[in-house]
Amino acid sequence: MAPKNKILLKIITPKRVVFKEKIDVLEAPAVDGLIGILPNHAPLITALKTGVIRIVNENNERFISVSEGIMDVKPDQVNIVARTAELPDEINLERAKEAKKRAKRRLEEKNNKLDNARAEGALERALARIKTAEKHHSDYY
Amino acid sequence: METMRDIKRRIGSVKNTQKITRAMKMVSAAKLQNSQKKARAAKPFFTMTRKILSDVYKYTDLKENHPLLHPSEGDKKLLIIISADRGLCGAYNTRITEEAEAFLKKNPDTEIFALGSKARDYLKRREYKIIKDYEQIDDYPSLNFARQISEEIIEMFKGTKFNQVNIIYTHFESAINQQLRNISLLPIDAEEIDQELIQKGESSSEEHVDYIYEPSPNYILDIILPKYVHNSLYSILLESKASEFGSRMTAMDAATENANEMIDDLTLSYNRARQASITKEITEIVGGAEALK
Repeated sequence: MAPKNKILLKIITPKRVVFKEKIDVLEAPAVDGLIGILPNHAPLITALKTGVIRIVNENNERFISVSEGIMDVKPDQVNIVARTAELPDEINLERAKEAKKRAKRRLEEKNNKLDNARAEGALERALARIKTAEKHHSDYY
Repeated sequence: METMRDIKRRIGSVKNTQKITRAMKMVSAAKLQNSQKKARAAKPFFTMTRKILSDVYKYTDLKENHPLLHPSEGDKKLLIIISADRGLCGAYNTRITEEAEAFLKKNPDTEIFALGSKARDYLKRREYKIIKDYEQIDDYPSLNFARQISEEIIEMFKGTKFNQVNIIYTHFESAINQQLRNISLLPIDAEEIDQELIQKGESSSEEHVDYIYEPSPNYILDIILPKYVHNSLYSILLESKASEFGSRMTAMDAATENANEMIDDLTLSYNRARQASITKEITEIVGGAEALK
């Protein structure tokens, strides 16, 4: 049997290479909706929203939170450059919940536009992290 | 001639100075290592952003009208200067200010955006026009800081006041070799990025990929171009800091070395003075004994 087609997925942030593995399926939160990518996908470039990426490899499901990314899809590889990205076990759930509260409080106070935009960004990132961590845990319980 | 006590005091003070320069050298070396580590970790990210940018640029027809790719209407230039906040780093700051002054003489209609207090103070004294400045820049600048500054710069550029944004910084080659660079930050020259990638063998001019853009090529350009500026500025800040530490390390190493030489010289004169006083005493004793005969 011929080896199954796989995609080489790389997720890169300014701090490090977060993920670099061959995988089967990828589901990413593009700006205009969730995009699923299978091997031999047509070349595509899209912007990603802050959210959760779902990865399936050998029937194993994994989640990675990303924020403000760009995804470059080629038939045999996918490159994602993002501002931040974390694997579930790197996420500090307590801290993310704390950040969520803080961002919400800031949004309620009436601030100038710039601060608001920042707080919104922080809130989105916190939500994505919480979601990633919780999805990961739901696998076990 | 100096007395023995004077010389001894001078040796002591040189030794004290040497302790300080040695400590500064070691601190700079440690900081240098840290910032090099950061720069190395960020490298794949830069390369990838550049690659995506050049891909988008190559296969998009709408590139003619993106504001960040073309000189805007103004006739002024904006010059960003990155210098240190502190001295004692050899010729690091002087080289930057010299280059900046040469540029300002050639382009009198230029306004300045100064990062780091040394260049700002120098240019202020010479009454150049500084529109904005930042000081006390972090030893390891964060991407957020770079992002905040580049947003400001992009706003200024889009505001059609400046038709070009240049940046003077020090490129880090190695701890003993840093090069001064004067590059154009805006408008973005995607052509050049592409050429550079081809030269490095990271992209080929042959390969033609028909990309699908979601939601549209312009939307992607709108996101990726500012991102490219953030990243460039971030890497430039990291390199400048690494260069500053490298420069300081070399300067302090030389200073420690010089202090050693000075101590050697002073010890020699101290010994000579000691010998001279002993000789003098003996001569006096011998002279006295002769007189008693």
